[in-house]
Amino acid sequence: MTATPHPALAQMLACVASGEIRCIDLTNTLSSDFPVIVLPSEFGQCEPFRMETVSRYDANGPAWYWNNISMNEHTGTHFDAPAHWITGRDVLNGTVDAIAPSDFIHPAVVVDITREAAEDEDFIVTRTFLERWETDNGAIPPRHWILLRSGWSKRVGTLSYLNLRQDGAHSPGPDADAMRFLVLERQCVGLGVETVGTDAGQASHFDEPLPAHSILHGHGRFGLQCLTNLDQLPLFGAVIVAMPLKIAGGSGSPLRVMALAPADMA
Amino acid sequence: MTAPRPREKRDPLARKKARHLSPAARSRAMHAMSARAAQGRFVLQICDSCGEATYPPRDVCPSCWGELAWQDCDNGGIVLCETVIRTSTDLYFRDHMPWRMGKVALEVGPVALVHLHHDLSVGQRAEVRLLLDRGGNAAMFAIPPNGDLDMSDPQLREFLVPIEGRTILVSDARSAIGLAMVKALCEAGAGLVVAGLAPPARTADTEQPAFIAPGVQTVPLDITDQKSLSEALSKIAGPLDIVINTARHPRDGGVSLDGNIVEQRHAFDVAAMGLMRLAQGVAPMLAGRPHGAFVDILSIDALVGSSQRAGFAAAESARLSLLQAFRHEMREAGVRVLSIFTGPVEDEHHQSVPPPKVAPARIAAAAIDALQQGREQSCAGEVANDAMTRWLADPALYTRERNL
Repeated sequence: MTATPHPALAQMLACVASGEIRCIDLTNTLSSDFPVIVLPSEFGQCEPFRMETVSRYDANGPAWYWNNISMNEHTGTHFDAPAHWITGRDVLNGTVDAIAPSDFIHPAVVVDITREAAEDEDFIVTRTFLERWETDNGAIPPRHWILLRSGWSKRVGTLSYLNLRQDGAHSPGPDADAMRFLVLERQCVGLGVETVGTDAGQASHFDEPLPAHSILHGHGRFGLQCLTNLDQLPLFGAVIVAMPLKIAGGSGSPLRVMALAPADMA
Repeated sequence: MTAPRPREKRDPLARKKARHLSPAARSRAMHAMSARAAQGRFVLQICDSCGEATYPPRDVCPSCWGELAWQDCDNGGIVLCETVIRTSTDLYFRDHMPWRMGKVALEVGPVALVHLHHDLSVGQRAEVRLLLDRGGNAAMFAIPPNGDLDMSDPQLREFLVPIEGRTILVSDARSAIGLAMVKALCEAGAGLVVAGLAPPARTADTEQPAFIAPGVQTVPLDITDQKSLSEALSKIAGPLDIVINTARHPRDGGVSLDGNIVEQRHAFDVAAMGLMRLAQGVAPMLAGRPHGAFVDILSIDALVGSSQRAGFAAAESARLSLLQAFRHEMREAGVRVLSIFTGPVEDEHHQSVPPPKVAPARIAAAAIDALQQGREQSCAGEVANDAMTRWLADPALYTRERNL
């Protein structure tokens, strides 16, 4: 046994300590008023976060404070495992407890659609859009998280986050061709978004409905939802640490998502 | 903008006026009378042997020692005499001196000592109501018959819950019942209606005319969430007088058949735990008010269950149980706890239930009437009325009928 750490790890820790590498929290605060996805009323609904105090230095526990919490697996900033979707039901190790630890850490590419989403709440990311993005910014490397920076996290705390109207939710997302491009041709690890779902608000009405869930999970890829602070990440070069809770047979999990990124990202 | 609402103000240095209860100790026979008065009935004991009506309540007939039975009776009479009480050692009555009382010769026989409305004088015909006093006990109150009741009588107001000018919270205002309630309260002259809107919030809520009407304030409120409740209560401007709990989660489903556990658990979360959370939050606020009241809208299925909506009915039963205990707790504070039972409602949750169904506006009207009459227990609509009558007459049979 040696007390000397691996040089790469040692260098990383040194960079974190010196601030050369920044740790950026991409997680929204888990609270009872954080919105959850709303399905048509004939379906079962996602339960929001709930917290009841068991004791707070009081008669129920004079020296300790703790709470009972409850929520859906897909409440708050959360991870979607392949088994979440019917297309991913037979994926090997498709539940959160079975995901390989090496999948907890992956690099990321940030695709900025802030301007487009501001102009059109139902903005659809197409294959053409992504190809043009690659022409402008360079090819999307394989085995990366694709983080869709839409600016939607700035809407948290307002009605416009879920953006529910008579005809359903309105928020940006990808179409099926864009998803096939990312999953099959760019071998993405998964799709991370600021909105409440990886799919667009109106995606259940697409010719291929809910393409992000369907295509990502059908190919064993992951989803990350309700992210924030994506505007602090570089286009390339950030590393995402996302570790879902080890829920037996779980379809997903609330989690803390952290990005490691160079401080001089420019 | 409308003119700001006149707010109740008081000298912050003066000690708050203490509120007392009317004397509480009563015989068991009197409690039987109060239990019927709580339903808005006028009852007297009639002797099985000689047929004579008797008052005050007794254990045997004072004329022939025969068995007594409660019966709904005609409540007309003539005022025989009156007096004004100007001094008392009782704390409650000391707060309300002078107090006018009289004797009424009831048409059914007995002469009763009654509280007298200020428009009545000796020799006049009167209608005698059995109202619940501050201590929750039945008391006879004589009012002018068939006339417009002058509610400004301060004695009468002690027995009722006025709505005009009051601040009223509606726990779930987005439901059909809640929406009707908000509208009806505004029409009844409520000072401020605080409309609770459970998430998910919709942009359409901000355009709903009932919610942007003057005198209505919306707050995000989900009574299944402690944090949401605390925050909503903290946002209410001025003291809160009345709470109307319209939250419910009606879903079909049996016990072993079609019982969706997630939905049924939510029904309990709303109806039972929600009521408990709401009660804990508002009890201290209501307790300080001169006419504090808590109105709960609950399903008549709470009485005996329902094979069609087993989980919902069970949740409503739990709610009824909690409500009884809450009523007892609030009696100490002089706060009225009123139940409005309803059958299937003409709303989105009962689309497949055949008529008769009760219109949300009728439930709202029943709640307002219950407050203004100080009635603890009411039934809105025929289904609830019929169910209550059958249940009171033969609980075992009714339980069997409802679960066939």
